[in-house]
Amino acid sequence: MLEATRNERHRLRESIITMIIWLIAIIIITIFGWLLTDLLVHGLGPLTWSYITTEPADAGRAGGIGPILVSTLLILATCMAVTVPIGLGTAIFLAEYTNERSPFGRAVRRSLDVLAAVPSIVFGLFGSAFFCFHLGMGFSILSGGLTLACMALPIFIRAVEQGFRAVPDEYRMGAAALGLSRWATLTKVLLPTTMPTLMAAFVLSVGRAVAETAALIFTSGYVDRMPQSLMDSGRALSVHIFDLSMNVPGGDDNAYASALLLVGLLLLINLIATWIAKATQRQWTATA
Amino acid sequence: MTSSPRNISSLHRADAALLWTLRGLAAVAGIVVVLIVVFLVLESLPALRSIGLLRFLRDQSWYPLSDQFNMMPMVAGSLAVTLGAIVLATPLGIGSALFCRYYAPRPIADFYRGIVQVLAGIPSVVFGFWGLVVWVPLVTQSLLAGILILALMILPTIALLAETSLAAVPVLYERGAAALGLTRWAMIRRVMLPAARSGIVTSIILAIGRAIGETMAVVMVCGNVVQLPDSLFAPIRTLTANIALEMSYAGEAHRSALFVSGLLLMFIVVLLVAVAQWISKESDHA
Amino acid sequence: MTTTPLNILPSAPPREVVCAPGRDEACASFTATNLSLAYGSKSAFRDVSLRINPCHLTGIIGPSGCGKTSFLSCLNRMTDLLPCRVTGSLNFGETNLLDGSLDTVALRRQVGMIFQKPNPFAMSIHRNIAMPLREHGMKSSSEIDESVEQALRDVGLWDEVKDRLNTSALALSGGQQQRLCIARALALKPAALLLDEPCSALDPIASGVVEDLMLSLRRRYTLIVITHNLAQARRIADDVALFWVREGTGVLVESGPVDQLFEQPRDEITASYIRGIRG
Repeated sequence: MLEATRNERHRLRESIITMIIWLIAIIIITIFGWLLTDLLVHGLGPLTWSYITTEPADAGRAGGIGPILVSTLLILATCMAVTVPIGLGTAIFLAEYTNERSPFGRAVRRSLDVLAAVPSIVFGLFGSAFFCFHLGMGFSILSGGLTLACMALPIFIRAVEQGFRAVPDEYRMGAAALGLSRWATLTKVLLPTTMPTLMAAFVLSVGRAVAETAALIFTSGYVDRMPQSLMDSGRALSVHIFDLSMNVPGGDDNAYASALLLVGLLLLINLIATWIAKATQRQWTATA
Repeated sequence: MTSSPRNISSLHRADAALLWTLRGLAAVAGIVVVLIVVFLVLESLPALRSIGLLRFLRDQSWYPLSDQFNMMPMVAGSLAVTLGAIVLATPLGIGSALFCRYYAPRPIADFYRGIVQVLAGIPSVVFGFWGLVVWVPLVTQSLLAGILILALMILPTIALLAETSLAAVPVLYERGAAALGLTRWAMIRRVMLPAARSGIVTSIILAIGRAIGETMAVVMVCGNVVQLPDSLFAPIRTLTANIALEMSYAGEAHRSALFVSGLLLMFIVVLLVAVAQWISKESDHA
Repeated sequence: MTTTPLNILPSAPPREVVCAPGRDEACASFTATNLSLAYGSKSAFRDVSLRINPCHLTGIIGPSGCGKTSFLSCLNRMTDLLPCRVTGSLNFGETNLLDGSLDTVALRRQVGMIFQKPNPFAMSIHRNIAMPLREHGMKSSSEIDESVEQALRDVGLWDEVKDRLNTSALALSGGQQQRLCIARALALKPAALLLDEPCSALDPIASGVVEDLMLSLRRRYTLIVITHNLAQARRIADDVALFWVREGTGVLVESGPVDQLFEQPRDEITASYIRGIRG
């Protein structure tokens, strides 16, 4: 009799817990669906081709986001132009030239770990003090891009380093046994092999950078006109959404459209990264 | 085959140049965080000297224009919203991880994981905007609104990392538990969760870091009133929101005081990273 | 140039081995005298004195952990990549291999290495062979194509892959991949090949194919093959060296022509290892 009641209690407990877990999943899915639907319902309407290409008017309530998209692109391009060479070099150095005991390697790694956790507003403070003021770049796309590069660097380095560590040592030993120099091993064997991972890392970093707002408010500024050069101030898409929703009464519709565009871009970026990752898998498991 | 046309010294020179270039680039990457700390400190010094550390704790309140610099209301605001978000997001996040790993059939689990991954990538400004338009009418601009939106934002961090930690538990544990006749929940509660404990705790710490550092969403939904929160529906202002709101019009001393709060944030975050790393190291030794 | 036939009588004189025509000038021998290698404080092998005869296939046998792979790594200075110290003397022909200023790039072209697990690069079959050729200075594409074809013919792969030279090398079977790695090393026209258990990761059929390949390469190159498989050593080797573990480090117990080692071992350890009692 005791056995039966204890099993019954266990079974009851199991059912309740299972229901709770499923409930959690359903809640999350519902909220996500709500968010997405809301964006689509309110944002799809204003999102026309002319919206994407024309200048904003009436503080953004009317017109479009053409210059803003251009500014966003320029900020991203500046960011990645700095992140890729420094990040690639650092990742290669960490993966190929250091081991656990190397003090320089450990110092760089620890520094990057901290950098990855710094809040975006602190980057904004730093960017404004260092790039805008100290280096005299003022509110500009350049300042914004460089500040974003500081944020993207640890993410990019982490992903690229993983890519290099994933290349089996047999490749390096084989290359050495064939008398290849380190430079040749790097450029002819390792880089081609890690290329898919590098591309995925690039795409991932771009995705993180384009979502940034707080770091850009005080570095690249608010100007929503078409930028003429990198030294001009420019408004990024994320900053535009912020401005429209907080400072512009009646700007909600366009904010919805911009938010939908931003999320859409990010989804596209995610899909590209996933596709690249799958292509990598295919390359590695291409054995008969 | 005759000897290689390149002589040995040029080969060594090329490889040596490569090494020094890489070292240089790594040094640049490593120095960024140092630069940040240095500039934060430099910009904070005027305020620390003229206002002094104690006043940041003891002044009447935060009214920079009237020379009042008590940061405590904002610190309390940050802590309150972070604590609330963690309390809400942790069970939801761990529940999501358990769902994906043990309760959902494979296709549903993959679909759900995809949703969580997309959620992880949505910009904070979009969360803030949506919160402003949809949630604030329900709960007003308040601590509660901040908690709800922030919980939604840090939930994926916990869910994804917790699932990774659970996946890293050796299959042997699961099989052993099944062989002992444990029910699914008993197995999860008694075997899997304890085994994945350090990874899960790390994920919570990272989520705390993210919550404390969050700016845009809380600026948009919390109301931004400088006061100690006395109820869930009180509007509050976090440390991060404070900086975002006041930087643009801050005068010299005011600006410097804001940098002090930035330094404080930096310090908290570095502490969290250190704790997370210490926990990982402990678990590696175990 | 004649070779005396395989003699299976116990007291037969050592087989006389002469290089295949055209190979003499490139043939070189390895001579190790009191060679020792240590990783930090742990000694891998100690006081190994061995002569590897030119154009012979020398089989290195012995249980795991007795320093065979470490010894092999000395012969093409792969020890430079490991945290170890090598002492004693080691010569390749006239060249002192332990000289710090030795051109290791040239050395590794002349002494190729094949690893236990086949390791073709993640690129096309053609590129796997062509890329090292280019790195070592070969410029003309036609010359490179010729070398690729010749190398693939040497290992018996040409007919199997000639129509898919631009497909990924990773799509080949294990045995084909290993032969590709050998072709890659042969394309550089080495004098010697070091093979570290080349068949142990392959299935029996592929293993047999690689064995036949080694036999066919025997008179044209100096081959040094580590193997766990005593029967394989018996089948393919001209000379055999037995390594063993003594006092926690690897030592060379006995070396000599294969017939002598297997029929009339001088050392008691050799005798019992051959008979399968120990190791």
